[in-house]
Amino acid sequence: MIKIENLHKSYKMGNNSLHVLKGINFSVEEGELVAIMGSSGSGKSTLLNILGMLDLLDEGSYTLDNVPIDNLTETKAANYRNKFLGFVFQSFNLINYKNAMENVALPLYYQRVGRKERQEKALKYLDQVGLKEWATHLPSELSGGQKQRVAIARAMAAEPKVLLADEPTGALDSKTSYEVMDLIQKINDDGNTILIVTHEPDIAEMCKRVVHLKDGVIIEDKKVEQVRAAQYVQ
Amino acid sequence: MRQLFDRDTWREIFQSISKNKLRTFLTMLGVFIGIYIYIGLAGASQGLNNGFEKEFETIARNSMFVFSSTTSKPYAGYKTGRRIQLKLGDVEVLRQQVPEIMAIAPRNVKGVFGSQPGVVKRGIKSGNYSVFGDYPEFTQIAPKKIYDGGRFINDADIEQERRVCVIGERTQKELFDEDEEVIGGYIAIEDVSFQVVGVHKFAGGGPFDNDSDIFIPFSTYREIYNTADNVSWFTIAAYDDADVVQVEKDIKATLRRIHNVDPTDEKGIGAFNLGELFKKIFGFSNGLTFLSLIVGAASIVAGVIGIGNILLISVKERTKELGVRRALGATPGEVRNQIIIEALVLTLLAGIIGIVCGAATLKLIDVLTVNVELPYTNPTVPISYVLGALFLMVALGILIGLIPAQRAVSIRPIDALREE
Repeated sequence: MIKIENLHKSYKMGNNSLHVLKGINFSVEEGELVAIMGSSGSGKSTLLNILGMLDLLDEGSYTLDNVPIDNLTETKAANYRNKFLGFVFQSFNLINYKNAMENVALPLYYQRVGRKERQEKALKYLDQVGLKEWATHLPSELSGGQKQRVAIARAMAAEPKVLLADEPTGALDSKTSYEVMDLIQKINDDGNTILIVTHEPDIAEMCKRVVHLKDGVIIEDKKVEQVRAAQYVQ
Repeated sequence: MRQLFDRDTWREIFQSISKNKLRTFLTMLGVFIGIYIYIGLAGASQGLNNGFEKEFETIARNSMFVFSSTTSKPYAGYKTGRRIQLKLGDVEVLRQQVPEIMAIAPRNVKGVFGSQPGVVKRGIKSGNYSVFGDYPEFTQIAPKKIYDGGRFINDADIEQERRVCVIGERTQKELFDEDEEVIGGYIAIEDVSFQVVGVHKFAGGGPFDNDSDIFIPFSTYREIYNTADNVSWFTIAAYDDADVVQVEKDIKATLRRIHNVDPTDEKGIGAFNLGELFKKIFGFSNGLTFLSLIVGAASIVAGVIGIGNILLISVKERTKELGVRRALGATPGEVRNQIIIEALVLTLLAGIIGIVCGAATLKLIDVLTVNVELPYTNPTVPISYVLGALFLMVALGILIGLIPAQRAVSIRPIDALREE
């Protein structure tokens, strides 16, 4: 599904060049649930940004669903993002003046899906995350966990190839975090490919594979015995 | 373009506008005030223009009165303080010497300028009215509306010194009964019997119109009042393209020559130049229109710049939202168009509300001043001004929308979403 070869990325900071990613080789198969771990500055967010086509790579190659991701213009990147990727952010990033359903329907709007179908799909995915009754509520009327579940529904609504989650539980208490992880695991059970950036070991343990990044290189890449979040959720 | 005709685009924009009510209101306020001022001023100056025009519709624009008085300088053996008398013969000389004259009507009058009004009787009814001795040419200069069935003095009346008259509405009311046929009826002016051939309509409002004046042929007047070739004053209209100030000068110079007045004598021959006055009045109101266009256009520009400003701030405020939209697959083009269309919609919405309110205000003023002595009539704004303003707003709205739109696009989604 994802294939990265010899990925390099550096940032110019004044006269200094900060080499963030120093040759990453990494691939993800369909249906995997991968945690990318690392301390801050390890390059894990940069990696996710490049995977999410929010940032450009300097060197190396990136293939997504057999499509080489190169020569990205903003427009091309936007179309690829819309087609291939779903994003979940630490701070949810819901649009505050749109209700839950409209937020979920937004990527479909950019996919030029008709209004009726958008609403049906949005409701379907809201139902999947257990928030159908909250469809007409604004984000400000939702709890943190509910917001993140709306955000996950939004990411899934576009039916992406890969779901990218950047610290999806970073702003949540542990109980809510487990609820969100339970949801992510269920989505993964349905065969969806998911990448999660996190620095919390207990979240990483709930994935099927953990990739450790340190100073811009992968120092560890192992399959793990998945801890089901459901057991923490009553 | 596809975006422009997509219902969802408009829904999206309407939502973004309606969910941020205070911002929308503040944004629109500037343009609203701008267009409101523009419409108000343009309409008011148009109303003023129409008002002046109505006030003076009873007389030709480039006309003047030429009269005589006493000299202030001795000349050619005559001593100072001599009373000059205009004569009927002056007409021919003036026509020859001043070719710019379109029409010239010598007039005599009893009842104005301090003279006694004519005594008019009909049976047991009687009254005092101003009586004018006139030529048909007079109507070329100051058109008189005559009620159906009647007419003004004509050339045959002059030639045959007919005892006919044209009376005013009030004269008719005072001398005739309501159901009496007035045309063909007789009245006695200074005990001389006259047949009524017309009743002139009172135009109202104008300074040169009276509802009781009686007009009789100049030649008949001369007979009755024994005025010989004397003329009280000339009413003169110049051709439309003539310079009325120069025409006045030429006429005065000619008359001074005829009547042996010192060419440098300011007295002796006098004139009241309506053309010059009109020029000044209409110059004033044209200037006002021009000024209102400038002020209005400047207000609109200021308003639209205000929209651009607030949208710029709002783009900054919405950085995150726009970043999210980009992450969800909005292309830079879509984001740019959304901001531009938002600017355009806000501008047009504010503009249309402003136009409607401006028009309503103009109507209100019109209604309120209907009984007030004010040269202010039918304050309309030419449709071209309105379309021009709308066009200006659309053009400026798009232009000014480009700035925040470009700003919105230049924000990379990764920067928009970064917060930690």
